[in-house]
Amino acid sequence: MRILVTIKTALRALRRNKMRSVLTALGIIIGVGAVITMVGIGNGAKAQIEAQIASLGQNVILIFSGSVTRTGVHSGHGGAGTLTVEDAEAMRREIPGVMAVSPELRSAAQVAAGNQNWLPQILGEGPDYFDIRQWPLVEGSPFTPLDVRGATKVAVIGKTTAQQLYGDESPIGQIVRIKNVPFTIVGLLSSKGLSVMGSDQDDVLVVPYTSAMKRVLGTTTLRSIMVQAADAKLLPVVQQQITELLRQRHRIQPGRDDDFTVRGQQDIAEMATAQSKTMTILLGAIASVSLIVGGIGIMNIMLVSVTERTREIGIRMAVGAHANDILLQFLTEAITLSSIGGVIGIAMGVGASKIISLSLDWPTLIPVVWVVVAFLFSAAVGIFFGFYPARKASKLDPIDALRYE
Amino acid sequence: MNAVIKLDDIRKTYHTGEVDVQAVRKVSLEIHPGEFVAIMGASGSGKSTLMNILGCLDRPTGGRYSLDGIDVSQLSTDELADIRNQKIGFVFQGFNLLSRTSALENVELPMLYARQHMHSYELREKALHALGVVSLTDRADHHPSQLSGGQQQRVAIARALVNQPALVLADEPTGNLDSRTSVEIMGVFQQLNDRGITIVMVTHEPDIARFTKRSVVMSDGHVVSDTPVTDRLFAGPELERLHSLLDPALQTQ
Ligand SMILES: Nc1ncnc2c1ncn2[C@@H]1O[C@H](COP(=O)(O)OP(=O)(O)OP(=O)(O)O)[C@@H](O)[C@H]1O
Ligand SMILES: [Mg+2]
Repeated sequence: MRILVTIKTALRALRRNKMRSVLTALGIIIGVGAVITMVGIGNGAKAQIEAQIASLGQNVILIFSGSVTRTGVHSGHGGAGTLTVEDAEAMRREIPGVMAVSPELRSAAQVAAGNQNWLPQILGEGPDYFDIRQWPLVEGSPFTPLDVRGATKVAVIGKTTAQQLYGDESPIGQIVRIKNVPFTIVGLLSSKGLSVMGSDQDDVLVVPYTSAMKRVLGTTTLRSIMVQAADAKLLPVVQQQITELLRQRHRIQPGRDDDFTVRGQQDIAEMATAQSKTMTILLGAIASVSLIVGGIGIMNIMLVSVTERTREIGIRMAVGAHANDILLQFLTEAITLSSIGGVIGIAMGVGASKIISLSLDWPTLIPVVWVVVAFLFSAAVGIFFGFYPARKASKLDPIDALRYE
Repeated sequence: MNAVIKLDDIRKTYHTGEVDVQAVRKVSLEIHPGEFVAIMGASGSGKSTLMNILGCLDRPTGGRYSLDGIDVSQLSTDELADIRNQKIGFVFQGFNLLSRTSALENVELPMLYARQHMHSYELREKALHALGVVSLTDRADHHPSQLSGGQQQRVAIARALVNQPALVLADEPTGNLDSRTSVEIMGVFQQLNDRGITIVMVTHEPDIARFTKRSVVMSDGHVVSDTPVTDRLFAGPELERLHSLLDPALQTQ
């Protein structure tokens, strides 16, 4: 029951010094606000990246030309490729866990339709590409194995490219000139949005890889091969078998580096999330530091307050207050300051996340557990930094305190 | 009757820097229930030091102090706080009220730290009653800064009375007051004493000491005389006398 009275006394003291209380709590407000905002942005980014990774397709393995060597040099990537169509065929034929394969080429090229010019990504792919990436068409149909065999001049167009070249008109049946070679558009892809790396996945023209090799790029090697494993459990085995197969086909001596790079979907996901994780940790550290600074601010003001109110402490002790009553009174002041700061900080953090969300079109996500943790943490800051001043107050001698001027 | 206060060879030495100050040396004293004692003496003779020991605000460096039969020197800090809360009402020369807190709340303060819990209406009732004893009910909501010195001292007395202690200790309660207000305060003390409350009061004004029943004189930390008051004054008639002295002065204005 004495506790209730003590809490009431503490709240009154804070109300009496409103301005000072607010300024003291400001450190905690900013600290908690920063933590919540960071967590919101970090989690939002993570969720977005995860969605993008999933949009890559299911159980996908990518094999790139060239390799990251021991010296860290990425050789042969793009330029003179080391992967061939035969490699892709061999994978499909010889590795049982492989469900689908799509040889890939990629290039940015000038395209024209009527008097419209544009610079989309040109993708040379196999007919399985749309299945592997789970990328349905909204209009028309994809190209077929027959188109691949005949290196037919047909193309499937992405939403953005279609919009740029034809506006709201249907692109199906239209002619698009890629490096002056006329292609007929047979299909329109559904929208996939931004990629993990932030590029527009809908700004593409997808053509049979044979057509890309012969008619657009004039090359005989591939940039990469996209493989879909039959089952997620098979991914490590298939990755291993691909490596063995390619080393054998490329006649690479044991102990020498691969001239290709195999990346599972998980590897790509890890690379992408590692970056955002580092960000979150860094910003979290900054936020923690500001919380500590806020705590020191509380300690500072509480010490000043104890000194200022030495006489009050003496009077309370003279009429019968125990050391613990005084301790609790000042501790309550500190905890109240820090937890009110915490609540305001949480509100501001949520608000800031919402604003960022709306203005930058960046998703934010604040898990409830973080809100609870932030609140408990701010209260803990109050206990930790308020304890020393409160203890100092409770250790005062009544006579000395009463004599204090 | 058993003594309320029993001091045996009480000593208090302050260690400050090079020299030790022996503020109180070997004081032995008994005060019985219902007594009204004035402690007199020159400045620096150790009156306040003794008073703080009596009030359990300070501990003696030597000797034995029994309050109501309890050996106080054996008690813990918290037990002393409880004694201050329950058995003693202390009135300071400088009032020592909480500023920015109403008279009523100042009087409620000792009850907040009482062992047994009281409801807020109970607190209010008791505090108002105590303010009634010092005739200050109408100023219950005023803050100390809105009260005169005499009124502040009466609030302090009400605070000392609110837990119904058997002993009231006052260190120069009239030290900051004019003579008329001092007599009013002595009137309050005489009323309380008539109800059986034991009062020990420090003063260096002989006129004020005449309102008490017994006068103890200190010098250099010793008790040098301890005599009953023979020419006792009473606040009622004394106030009337002061009034009649003032009246003609008013009429000539
Ligand atoms: N906290 C202290 N530290 C050191 N010396 C002290 C302390 N308090 C009092 N003294 C010394 O003890 C002696 C007695 O002081 P005390 O305050 O008891 O005197 P007093 O009789 O109340 O005087 P006054 O009438 O002026 O109030 C003085 O010499 C004083 O200097
Ligand atoms: Mg004194």
